[in-house]
Amino acid sequence: MEELLKVIDKNALIVGFLVVGILAFLSDQFSKKFLNSRIPGSAIAIFLGLVLGYIGGVFTDGSKGIADIEIFKGVGILGGSMFRDFAIVATAMGASFLLVKKSGILGLVSLLFGILIFFVSGVAIAWIWGYRDAVSLCTIGAGACTYIVGPVTGAALGASSEVIALSIAAGVVKTIAVTIFTPILAKKIGLESPGSAMAYGGIMGTSSGVAAGLAATDPKLVPYGAVTATFYTGVGCLLCPSLFYYILTLFS
Amino acid sequence: MIIYGLAILSFSFITGQWLGELLGKLMGINSNVGGVGFAMLILMLLKEVFERKGWWKAEMILGIDFWNKMYIPVVIAMAASLNIKSAISSGNLAILVGILPVILGFAFFPFLMKTFKH
Repeated sequence: MEELLKVIDKNALIVGFLVVGILAFLSDQFSKKFLNSRIPGSAIAIFLGLVLGYIGGVFTDGSKGIADIEIFKGVGILGGSMFRDFAIVATAMGASFLLVKKSGILGLVSLLFGILIFFVSGVAIAWIWGYRDAVSLCTIGAGACTYIVGPVTGAALGASSEVIALSIAAGVVKTIAVTIFTPILAKKIGLESPGSAMAYGGIMGTSSGVAAGLAATDPKLVPYGAVTATFYTGVGCLLCPSLFYYILTLFS
Repeated sequence: MIIYGLAILSFSFITGQWLGELLGKLMGINSNVGGVGFAMLILMLLKEVFERKGWWKAEMILGIDFWNKMYIPVVIAMAASLNIKSAISSGNLAILVGILPVILGFAFFPFLMKTFKH
C-alpha cells in the first residue's frame, strides 16, 4: 500500500487522467443506461465534478475542491488554468475565422451589455442587502462579473477582506449557475448557432462557466462562446475599478 | 509529425497570452486582457494560412486535435477543483449575487439576438 501511495504521489497528473477517465466513463454509462442519453454524459460528469469539488472542500476545508485531498492533487493540475486555457485554445481549431469575424460586432456589443447587466444587478442586490459605501458595492458588483474581476477590483479599491471573499464566492456561484443552466436553457433562448454562442459568451462572461456549459450543450459551439468570454474578465478588470467605481461615487 | 501541430498550438498559446499581458499593461491593469481569445484568433489564422498553402496535414492536425478533444475532461477536472464548498456556504448574499444576474442574463439574451437580427 505504501508503495502504491508513493507511486500516486510521484505521478499526480497521470493519476488525474485516470480519475477523470473513470468519472467520465461512469457518467456515460449512467447517461446511457438510466437516462436514455437524454442528458449527455459530459454534462453529468461536469456536474459530478462539482459535487466532488464540494466533497473535497468539506473534508479538507481547502480552496481547491477535490484537489486538496493529497491523492487527487493531479485533478487540480489537469483542471488548473494552464491546461484549461490550452484546451480552450485548441478548440479554436474547429472554429471558422470567417464566422468569428462575421459576428465580431455582435460579440463586442454583448460583451459590454454582459458586464453592465452583471455589475448593475450585483450592485443593486448588495444595496438592497444594506451595503451603502461605493467600495463594497463596486467590489460585490465586480464579483457578480467573475471571481477574478471581484478580487482584482476589491484589491484596487482597498475593500475589506470579507467583501473580497464575498465577491469571489459570488463569482464561483455564477460559474456553477452558468454551467448548470446553460444546457438546460440553451434551446429555449435560441443558443444554437456560432453567432449566438459568441453573443452568449459575451453576455455570461465567466469563461469556465460558458465553456463548461457549452461543452454540455453542444461541443461545436465551445470555441465561439470561449472566444468572446475570454475578453470579459479583462474588460471587467478594466471598467469596474475605474469608470464604474467613479459613477458609483457620484451616487453614494 | 504530431509535434508540429502541438508546436503550432503552443506558439499560438504563448503569443496570445503575451499579447494579453501586454494589452493589460497598456491599459494599466494588473490582469491579462483576452490572452486566450488572442491565442484562439492566432490559431484560426494560422490554420487558414496553412490550409491555403497545403501544409495542413492529417498527422499535424492530430497534435492539436488531441487537446481539442481533451477539453471536456479538463473541464470536468476544473469543476472538481473549484472552491464549491466555500461558495455555497458563504451566505445568501453571495448566492443571490451569483445567481440572480445569471437569470437576468438569460432573459436578456433572446432580446439581444432579436434586436441584432433587425
